[in-house]
Amino acid sequence: MTTTSTTTGRRTPPLLLAAGAVVALLALVPLGYVATYVVIIGSADLWHLLARPRIGELLRNTITLAAACMAATAALGVVLAVLVERTDLPGRRLWHGLLVAPLAVPAFVNGYAWVSLDRSVHGFGGAFGVVTLSYYPLVYLPVVAMLRRLDPALEESAWSLGHSRARTFRTVVLPQLRPALLGGALLVGLHLLAEFGALSLLRFPTFTTAIYDQYGSTFNGAAATAMAGVLVLLCLFLLLAELRLRGDRRYARVGRGAARASVPVELGPWRLPALAGLGVVVLLAIGVPAFSLVRWLAVGTSTEFPLADLTEALVATIVLALAGAVVTTFAAVPVVWLAVRHRGWASTLIERSTYVANALPGIVVGLALVVASLRLVPVVYQTAGLLVAAYAILFLPRAVVTVRAGLEQAPAVLDDVAHSLGVGPLATARRVTLPLIAPSLGAGAALVFLAISTELTATLMLSPIGTRTLATEFWSASSELRYGAAAPYALLLVLVSIPATVLLMRSDDPERVPA
Amino acid sequence: MSSLTITGVTKSFGTTRAVDGVTLVVPHGSFTTVLGPSGCGKTTLLRLIAGFLVPESGSIAFGDTVVAGDGVRSAPPQARRVGYVAQEGALFPHLDVAANIAFGLPKEARGTASGRDRVAEMLDLVELPADFRDRRPDELSGGQQQRVALARSLAPQPAVVLLDEPFSSLDASLRGSTSRAVRRALEATNTSALLVTHDQNEALSLADQVAVMRAGQLVQSAAPSEVYLSPSDPQVAEFVGRAVVLPGTAHEAHATCALGEVVLTEPATGAVSLMIRPEQVYVDLAHDEGVRGEVEEVSYYGHDCAVQVRLADGTSVLSRMSGVRHPAPGDVVHLRVTGLVRAYRPAGSA
Repeated sequence: MTTTSTTTGRRTPPLLLAAGAVVALLALVPLGYVATYVVIIGSADLWHLLARPRIGELLRNTITLAAACMAATAALGVVLAVLVERTDLPGRRLWHGLLVAPLAVPAFVNGYAWVSLDRSVHGFGGAFGVVTLSYYPLVYLPVVAMLRRLDPALEESAWSLGHSRARTFRTVVLPQLRPALLGGALLVGLHLLAEFGALSLLRFPTFTTAIYDQYGSTFNGAAATAMAGVLVLLCLFLLLAELRLRGDRRYARVGRGAARASVPVELGPWRLPALAGLGVVVLLAIGVPAFSLVRWLAVGTSTEFPLADLTEALVATIVLALAGAVVTTFAAVPVVWLAVRHRGWASTLIERSTYVANALPGIVVGLALVVASLRLVPVVYQTAGLLVAAYAILFLPRAVVTVRAGLEQAPAVLDDVAHSLGVGPLATARRVTLPLIAPSLGAGAALVFLAISTELTATLMLSPIGTRTLATEFWSASSELRYGAAAPYALLLVLVSIPATVLLMRSDDPERVPA
Repeated sequence: MSSLTITGVTKSFGTTRAVDGVTLVVPHGSFTTVLGPSGCGKTTLLRLIAGFLVPESGSIAFGDTVVAGDGVRSAPPQARRVGYVAQEGALFPHLDVAANIAFGLPKEARGTASGRDRVAEMLDLVELPADFRDRRPDELSGGQQQRVALARSLAPQPAVVLLDEPFSSLDASLRGSTSRAVRRALEATNTSALLVTHDQNEALSLADQVAVMRAGQLVQSAAPSEVYLSPSDPQVAEFVGRAVVLPGTAHEAHATCALGEVVLTEPATGAVSLMIRPEQVYVDLAHDEGVRGEVEEVSYYGHDCAVQVRLADGTSVLSRMSGVRHPAPGDVVHLRVTGLVRAYRPAGSA
């Protein structure tokens, strides 16, 4: 398995290719499991499992909720982004921070906050509201980034041609925002298909919650897997749409950042209504969860403060997240190295395989690893190793994106220069490449660490008996309606999410928004 | 420090022969430019010399040492002692100027007084102030980055320095000053250099020897003036500068064409193509001596101007003349050819 790049004439080291192939195979385990299982079940049984009113209801629920949330987050995201980026609204930087802040509250914590305050928040209406408030930043952020990098000269040209500001916005600005807007909305869709915790707490059944119930109550592998198959199809559909967009977006990118900012629109009499609208959004998205959390914290800790349990869960979470971050980042290195330094069909295939995980909900990865390990290697079932493998599969795309950005800062020509100066390959790696990619390795590991600390679904399914993490402890308390007991865990989960949110808020690159 | 000898070197990518049987000698201490349009294989040739690529056939030698071909196991780049200056410099972004320059020095020398002296010497050589040593690459202009890149490549005293379009990303004013500084530094250290470029002015003004490449092959290598005034074929003529190519009839040392009688560089007979440089076409504004024509167009550049003249027989001829006194469109002028003219067999004849 040796390919030679036609452009550089460099030979791909077979060991590197093998390492990349191993990572790609691991990333493909869940998809392979679903596909194999569907084939084994056979079309007759599959039809029998899927052609049920219950499945129809789940499909309707999942699709209507996804469509409604995508539309709502898209509208909300664009309006908020334009208000903050293109008007003379007072305190724009502060508003920007407040509007991104919901990313620091995991959706399941948000669901808990609402349902614990008011039991009537449930069903479609509750799920729609809570999920929209949790996910609109996924549209808001890329649209803001796009607005910042649009060349004002385009708008100025339109004005000079006699178009009004409103018309210019509609005919010049909006079409250019489309990729960011659609990309963000598709991400919302992918997140929503994978969402388990919030929808379970808000009692709105979708495929993801139904798979978990099926798995938990009856351990009915066939039914759960058949539903997982449908879910994966839905996700792949969104992923393909997103991939196509991403391709277009690169193509359509404008120059190297805009040097000048656009002249802000004067809101005039609309200033107060705009401020009020923003206030309501922030109040609902941040104020309510914060209030709820503080209230339950007071209630929960007034009786007892389980410091020992909290510490145990925190330590377990940190250890698992550290292990997962290190494994995932190391796994990303051969994939990225191949993709950047040794382009070719094999490298492309390997990189794409890891990207598929973007479409895999935690529930599918969890289910796949449970079944695959029981069937093939029962020893690893119920081990921390298996959980770490699940984390690696789930968060590999994040690590790959970050490490790739780093390796692209270390172009191959620097190796050439080092060699010409008499420095051998190993010393070049030590003196040139490693120092250059070290920051991105660190950043990738940090992102994965933070994502793992707040991961709920796969952790619930795969954590070894007796292992209690922040997410599992939160879940066992809140699903038993012990809201006070859940509060300290919820707070820690929010605190853990803050650094990643701050990183994202500072990022101006629409392609660095979480996948 | 030594000469560089390339003999019959060939390299293909897939079915394309990027470098096709190239033979070239860069004498010790001299400066050769390889000139060619993009995609002609000049960068591949440079990468073969540096050792980043291995030739399929032919050999490469530094002085008497064969580094590739001739049954010798191809030496890796780190064993060849070539200096390599990439496009846009390719300075190590995580190191300051001093560490960049010292990168190729032996481990013992880096960080010691002798290493520091060498860095200072190199900065002085490329005409940069000594206090630049602590700067980061992103604090340097494009021209300064290129100077540091050259200093870095010269610090370990390479056998030959290879420069891959080093000035192409610089703007016009920086390009001139930077290239002259590079030339002086190479001369001061008596280092052989090979520079690859698609810019005719750069190739002609810097080099002792210009090697013109086309579709993987070396079509002419000679002194700049010879390549300009006596190019090996009309295509080379048009690539290294503007040219007026006219049909004519040669009788030994002379030939006749639309511009009258001209003197040939070498005797010829029969039908020929004559290559005349625009600055060889003298435009007489005052006298009636020469071939009569009418000025069609004048492009005024200040230091000189280009005048397009239509002759009575319909031929259009370009002349380059001093900008001090020049004609206007519609003026009637008389043209004469000065200097020697190169004659070629017209295309299609043996």
